[in-house]
Amino acid sequence: MIKIFQSLGEYLLLMRATVSRPEKARMYWIEAMRQCYSIGVGSLPIIAIISLFMGAVTAVQFSYQLRGIGLVPMWWMGSIVRKSMILELAPTLSALLLAGKVGSNIASELGTMRISEQIDAYEIMGVNTRSYLIGPKIIASLLMFPMLVVLSVFLGISGGWLAGILGNFYSTSEYVRGLQDAMKSYDIFIMFIKSVLFAFTISSISCFKGYTVEGGAIEIGMASTQAVVQSSVIVIIVNFLVAFLML
Amino acid sequence: MIEMQNVKKSFGNNEVLRGVSAVFESGKCNLIIGKSGSGKTVTLKCLVGLFEPDEGSIFYHKRDITKMEFDEKKKIRQEFGMLFQGTALFDSLSVESNIRFPLDMFTDMSDSEKADRVNFCLKRVNMTDTNKKFPGELSGGMKKRVGIARAIVNNPKYLFCDEPNSGLDPKTSLVIDQLIQEITAEYNMTTVINTHDMNSVMGIGDKVIFLHEGLKYWEGTNKDILQITEGELFDFIFASDFLKDLRRRATY
Repeated sequence: MIKIFQSLGEYLLLMRATVSRPEKARMYWIEAMRQCYSIGVGSLPIIAIISLFMGAVTAVQFSYQLRGIGLVPMWWMGSIVRKSMILELAPTLSALLLAGKVGSNIASELGTMRISEQIDAYEIMGVNTRSYLIGPKIIASLLMFPMLVVLSVFLGISGGWLAGILGNFYSTSEYVRGLQDAMKSYDIFIMFIKSVLFAFTISSISCFKGYTVEGGAIEIGMASTQAVVQSSVIVIIVNFLVAFLML
Repeated sequence: MIEMQNVKKSFGNNEVLRGVSAVFESGKCNLIIGKSGSGKTVTLKCLVGLFEPDEGSIFYHKRDITKMEFDEKKKIRQEFGMLFQGTALFDSLSVESNIRFPLDMFTDMSDSEKADRVNFCLKRVNMTDTNKKFPGELSGGMKKRVGIARAIVNNPKYLFCDEPNSGLDPKTSLVIDQLIQEITAEYNMTTVINTHDMNSVMGIGDKVIFLHEGLKYWEGTNKDILQITEGELFDFIFASDFLKDLRRRATY
C-alpha cells in the first residue's frame, strides 16, 4: 500500500516538473509535432481497421436482436450505432487500443533512453528532460487522441452502414434517418471529455513508467507492460466515473 | 578548475563515496582511476550534478553546484561537455543533428553558422562526410568521436569522459586519448576522465587520482605512478602476476 502511495507521489511530482518554461519554444514545438506524427499518423491504420469492424459488428448484432423482437423499427439501427460509437466504443476501445500501441511505445522509448544514458546526456547539456521529453508527448496525445476518436466514430458509423446494406438489414435511407434522429451535442461533448482524459491517462502513466526505469532490458519490458496494464485499468475506471457523473 | 571538498554519497546502506576531496585543474587531463565499484562513476555523476552528494561541496571556479537550484544547475551545465561510456548518442537523430542539438537548443546562431560549427567539430574529430549517417551505422570508435564532437560543439569549459576507451581496440583507444588531450589543451578545458585503461593513464594522465573503497587513496602524475612498488595502487596497475613479474625484473 505504501508503495502505491509512493509511486503516486512520484508520478505527481514528475507531472508537476513537466510544466516549466521551455529553454527554446521552437525546439519543443518541433518535438511536439514529431510526436503528433508518431502518435496520430502512426495509429491511423489500426484505428481505422478496428473502428470499421467495430461499427459493423455493432450493426450486425443489434440487427439480429431487433429482428428477433420484431417490434422495433430497423431505422433505429442508425441511432444505435451512432450512440454506441460516440458514447462508448470509439473513445473507450480506441483508448484501450492506443494504451497498447502508444503507451508501450512511449514507455519503451523513454526506458531505452534512460538505460542508454540519453536522458543523462540531455540533462548534462542543460535540457529539462521532464518538460522536453514528457511534455510534448502528453500534448501530442491530447491533440491527437480526440482526432483519432472522431475518425473512429465516422468509420464505425460507415462500418455499420456497410454491414447493414451487405446483410440486407436496412436501407441507406433508413440508416441515415436513424443517424439524424435525436442527435444530442452533449454526447459529442462527453466523447471529447473522455478522449482528453484517456489521452492524459495513457500518455502520463506511460511517460512515468518509461522515465523512471532502472536496470536493463528486462526492466524496460516490465515498464512497458505495466504502462499498458495500468493505463488500461485507469481508462476503464475513468470511463465509469465519467458515465456515472456526467450521464 | 573544479574542487571537490569532502564529498560523501550513499545508496541505502552502501556508502560509495566516504569523503572525497580533489582538485581538477584547467588545461589538464585529470584522470580518476580505480577498481570497479571504487566510486569513479558516482564521483563523475556527482561532479556533473546527476547525483546530489549527501555531504560536501563541489566548486566550479568558486560556484558550488551542490547548493544550486534546478535552473542554476541547468545554466552551469551549458558549460559542460560529456562523453558517455556508451556514447549516449540520440538514436533517432543523424550525426549532424546529434552534434547540432545543443546549438539548436541554446544558441541563436543562424542555420549556416550552425552548419559551419558542426562541420568544424566533425573535421576536428576526423569524421567528415558522416553528417547524414545515423549512430546505428557507425563503429564504436566512430561513435566515440561523434560523442566528442557533440561534447565540444558548445565550447565547454569542462569536459567529462566516462570510460572513453571501453569497448575499443588499443589503437583506436590511443586515437581517442590523443584527441581528448589535444582538445583539452586547445580550449584550456578542465577535463575529468574516468578510466581503467593504464595506456590512458600513461599517455594522458597529467593528473591521476586513484580511488579505493570510496576514498582518495593516491594522487600524482603519470610519471609518479610508476614509482609505486606496493599497496592497492600497485595491485591495480600491475593486476596480473605476469605484469608484477615484469615490474620486478625492471626494478632489479
